[in-house]
Amino acid sequence: MPEAPLPPAAVVAPRALTVAILAMGGEGGGVLADWLVDAAEASGFVAQSTSVPGVAQRTGATVYYLEFFPAAAAHAAGRAPVLALMPGPGDVDLVIASELMEAGRAVQRGLVSADRTVFVFSTHRVFSMTEKTAMGDGRVDAARLLTACRGAAQRAVAADMQAIAERTGSHLSAALLGAVAASGGLPIARAAFEAAIRAAGVGVTQSLAGFAAGFDAAVLAAGAPAAVAVAPPAPDDAAAIVVEGVRRLTDYQDAAYARLYQDRLAQPALTGALHAETARHLALWMSYEDTIRVADLKTRAERFARVRAEVRAAPGQVLRITEFMHPRVQEIADTLPAPIGRWLLRSGAPRRLLGRLTARGRHIETTAIGGFLLLRGIAALRRFRRGTLRYAEEQAHIEDWLARVVRHAGTDPALALEVARSARLVKGYGDTHARGWRNFVQVMAAADRLEGQEGAASRVAALCRAALADDSGAALAAELGDGGKHEPIS
Amino acid sequence: MAERSFSKEVEKLRLGAGQEFQGEGILAVTKALLQSGVAYVAGYQGAPISHLMDVLTDAEDILDGLGVHFEASASEAAAAATLAASVNYPLRGAVTWKSTAGTNVASDALSNLASSGVTGGALIVIGEDYGEGSSIMQERTHAFAMKSQIWLLDPRPDLPTIVRMVEAGFALSEASHTPVMLELRIRACHVRGSFIAADNVAPTFRIKDAMEHPRRDVNRIVLPPASYIQEQQKIHERLPAARRFIAAAALNEVFADGAQDVGIILQGGMYNGLIRALQLMGLSDAFGTSRLPLYVLNVTYPLLAEEVTGFCAGKRAVLIVEEGQPDFLEQAISTILRQADLQTRVHGKDMLPMAGEYTAGVLRAGLEAFIARTLPALRPNTARPIPAAPPALAAEVHPRPPSFCTGCPERPIFTAMKLIERELGPHHVSCDIGCHLFSILPPFNIGASTMGYGLGWAGAAALNAKDSNRRTISVMGDGGFWHNGLASSVGNAVFNKSDNVLVVVDNFYAAATGGQDLLSSRATGRRGTGNPIARAVRGVGVKWVREITRTYDLTRMTAALREALTTAEKGPKVIIASSECMLNRQRRERPQRAAAAKAGRRVVRERFGVDPDTCTGDHSCIRLSGCPSLTVRPNPDALRQEPVAAVIESCVGCGLCGEVAHAAVLCPSFYRAEIVTNPNRWDRLRARIAATVIGWFGVPAHA
Repeated sequence: MPEAPLPPAAVVAPRALTVAILAMGGEGGGVLADWLVDAAEASGFVAQSTSVPGVAQRTGATVYYLEFFPAAAAHAAGRAPVLALMPGPGDVDLVIASELMEAGRAVQRGLVSADRTVFVFSTHRVFSMTEKTAMGDGRVDAARLLTACRGAAQRAVAADMQAIAERTGSHLSAALLGAVAASGGLPIARAAFEAAIRAAGVGVTQSLAGFAAGFDAAVLAAGAPAAVAVAPPAPDDAAAIVVEGVRRLTDYQDAAYARLYQDRLAQPALTGALHAETARHLALWMSYEDTIRVADLKTRAERFARVRAEVRAAPGQVLRITEFMHPRVQEIADTLPAPIGRWLLRSGAPRRLLGRLTARGRHIETTAIGGFLLLRGIAALRRFRRGTLRYAEEQAHIEDWLARVVRHAGTDPALALEVARSARLVKGYGDTHARGWRNFVQVMAAADRLEGQEGAASRVAALCRAALADDSGAALAAELGDGGKHEPIS
Repeated sequence: MAERSFSKEVEKLRLGAGQEFQGEGILAVTKALLQSGVAYVAGYQGAPISHLMDVLTDAEDILDGLGVHFEASASEAAAAATLAASVNYPLRGAVTWKSTAGTNVASDALSNLASSGVTGGALIVIGEDYGEGSSIMQERTHAFAMKSQIWLLDPRPDLPTIVRMVEAGFALSEASHTPVMLELRIRACHVRGSFIAADNVAPTFRIKDAMEHPRRDVNRIVLPPASYIQEQQKIHERLPAARRFIAAAALNEVFADGAQDVGIILQGGMYNGLIRALQLMGLSDAFGTSRLPLYVLNVTYPLLAEEVTGFCAGKRAVLIVEEGQPDFLEQAISTILRQADLQTRVHGKDMLPMAGEYTAGVLRAGLEAFIARTLPALRPNTARPIPAAPPALAAEVHPRPPSFCTGCPERPIFTAMKLIERELGPHHVSCDIGCHLFSILPPFNIGASTMGYGLGWAGAAALNAKDSNRRTISVMGDGGFWHNGLASSVGNAVFNKSDNVLVVVDNFYAAATGGQDLLSSRATGRRGTGNPIARAVRGVGVKWVREITRTYDLTRMTAALREALTTAEKGPKVIIASSECMLNRQRRERPQRAAAAKAGRRVVRERFGVDPDTCTGDHSCIRLSGCPSLTVRPNPDALRQEPVAAVIESCVGCGLCGEVAHAAVLCPSFYRAEIVTNPNRWDRLRARIAATVIGWFGVPAHA
């Protein structure tokens, strides 16, 4: 067919500046969008903004989208620009993300392009439900997220804006706006953003402080790459762990108990990583959380100071702390001398009577004399701990576990390491502790069966993962049942 | 009181001719209604048109001044029935709701209205809840327009066009004696832009005039033989009249006709996204100067055959950009072209997806395919390369669906259900519509089905076997209860002698849609509130009713559930669990507390915390809560590696954490902190004595 004469090549410029904000409902993304619109309109742009909150405003992931078009160009053309209502992959000039995983979402959605996008985001984490509900450590690899986010953008401006907001008594949105102003991602002067905050008229002083701090942080971040806040690494060399273990067990009981810890570790078979992991888990197990320990930790002077700081009680304010304790017959028996404790658990009427008396949880105010002295009194039972039922049982379990570790160390060090690590299955209180213990017993029985077999260590590791996959025991049962093949977990 | 106050924005509704209106799309619609001389407005809230209802609620003074009657309808069916006022009287009326959920509910009245036909203009503002951000089934309103013969406007998503279409919609409705739907997609509802206002117009014929001079016309009532006549009128009178009006008023638009021998036919709502895709390919400028001919359907039903054939004549191919399914437009245009014997090749769902939202990326890909097939010579002009696939981050980026807010009173209800499930085993759970539907997601994972608003209990109606000892549990909010639940669920259960359990989640508001008041709301004001759900339930014959007045009380909540599931008493069982929506409560109380503290009065703030040295990192507490303020943080313990639970500053001290620790015998790590601002003398004395005693033990005895 004859080629129709094309009109002159379409003009691509002028074009709209495009801005996407990824936030979670309730984080102030709408406020940030409004500030940006006001600043843009005052700086010679025609602005359009839109969003899709819907039910996402109830804590879900939300996108706000803005377009700014030079008013002069619109005036020159005598026409209004056609502005889009949603961000297009490869077509976003500025992406703002309120949190690191949301920043990752922007990258995943293709909104961040290496040849165009200035990417302003906060590096703090708001953990997802999946991360929070894991029975162990379900957190995603923040370092990988950060690397991917930096790598995707033409320029990334990243800092912990949440910390900045908290430090300045401001909101995340104000700190982010400051970072946007400093990023150079928009041809809008700092004063215009500040004027927008003033014009909005809500919490102006705090917002301006947050803005300024966010601005400065962005300038700094341009020089040095931001690090993700990570926990101080747990000591992994054995010597440091043993030192910490000794300190902990002295604090938990006494010097003799700490010597018992060192004696238990004095096994030539325990070397390298096995030594370190055994030392870690032995110290944790030997400092099991019994009623005495909890009462002790709850009534320490430094704990009151910590809570005061945590809840941000100001000097003139009075702080009251109430504990939620639910001691049951089991916990009471655990704290009694072993023979009496065993008798109580086997008894009929006394156990039932005590069961009725302990059916409900107790509120204990540790900032009141009565509550404080009650817990202090329980903590003072520490000197009788060696006689308690719980002590007898825990020490037997520890010896049993340690003997397994040492036995495997000679023949299958990898298996020994996994057995040492499986001590992490036993944690918590009450039903949680009972469930963990059941899982641990099953894994130990499997380890015994697997002894001498090829791949025993990886099997035990898989069983531990399954034990931590759910709290119904379904995954572990499936893993144990099918001899190692991975079947769907019901 | 609604979640968001529009008291400032409503002042924009007073703007006069020539003044610039700036604001959200949905506010622009409100202004356009007033400029069109509307006499009455009604509707039922729901995203994305909730703000329209909230604005109207806040604008009652302005409406009163103009003599405009406004109703917050009990349901979309009630809203649609309200349009009956336009059947006999020259009254312009507008109603609004979220579609297609609301249109389903409204269908009975809509069908009758469309059959009767209207005298005054009847406009239905439809919030098309489709694509990203939608909370409902993915369907199109288009089908309702076709089956009932209601005209469907789908304007280009900019404020001047939307406003023009509101005004044109009334005129079209009157010219064709047919109700008209104005469809706005989610982003168009929320778009902030501007238009030049006109003066508001008070209705010349008023509601009062209609009441004082009643009219009737038996031919407008849907009963044979009139109903047969009405169908004939639809086809032989109203439809041709509508087509004449649409053509004469040039409601549809053609751009760049003749630029190429191929073109694009699109829904008006797709226009801005399509122009951007064209611009990225170098085929348009920023002002919409397209190098491809465009036929923009601001009216997507009915189609005008002569406009379609006029546009397609001389074109080798057209691309139809029609979001959603089925492909009604593509089918209709294909028929028109076939009947006119035009050989224009029709593309559409072969190049664009049949299902799902037409996002920027999707439009670009479809357009690329169309150009590659029909005009490859244009292809090298592409201005922006198609972006490379982004890096795979599936493991690091989790979905983040909506969830219960911090301190939400609904959370403990599901915690209680979770605890009862552990005790009595799993039960079938039938859900409803509302915030409580978040229970289907982690961490609760409760609920098997949802059949619609107020239909939670009806959704379990069949599961009522006489030979089973296990009961089902249904959940319904106060919103659903008053919308449809009282008759369709509760009445149904009583009448059919159900032995099952209903939990009514009463948070004092229609919370999911933005905190609007309901019949049972505790607030007093312009509406008839303060009607307890318990009285209604007993009124229709439920004997077994338990009321929980503080949902955070897990002991009572679990006891009520246990009793309902195990009692020997037969018959329907209703538990009404009431506590105020925390969002609304905080909005009300926070300023009061701040003012009291500032005035020097004693104020107690509560929040929870976790002792990191006793937390062992199992996170059972989180699995029974999912509160945004209950999270994890790195373990400060040098030996422990797994993160500990932590309560962050946003905690409002609802008390659930402590209740869970007690009820589920979890762990002793939680504490409740009461921070007393402006403490009185007794507070200070108590604190001083305690500090002294604690000080005696200040140095650890075994240090």
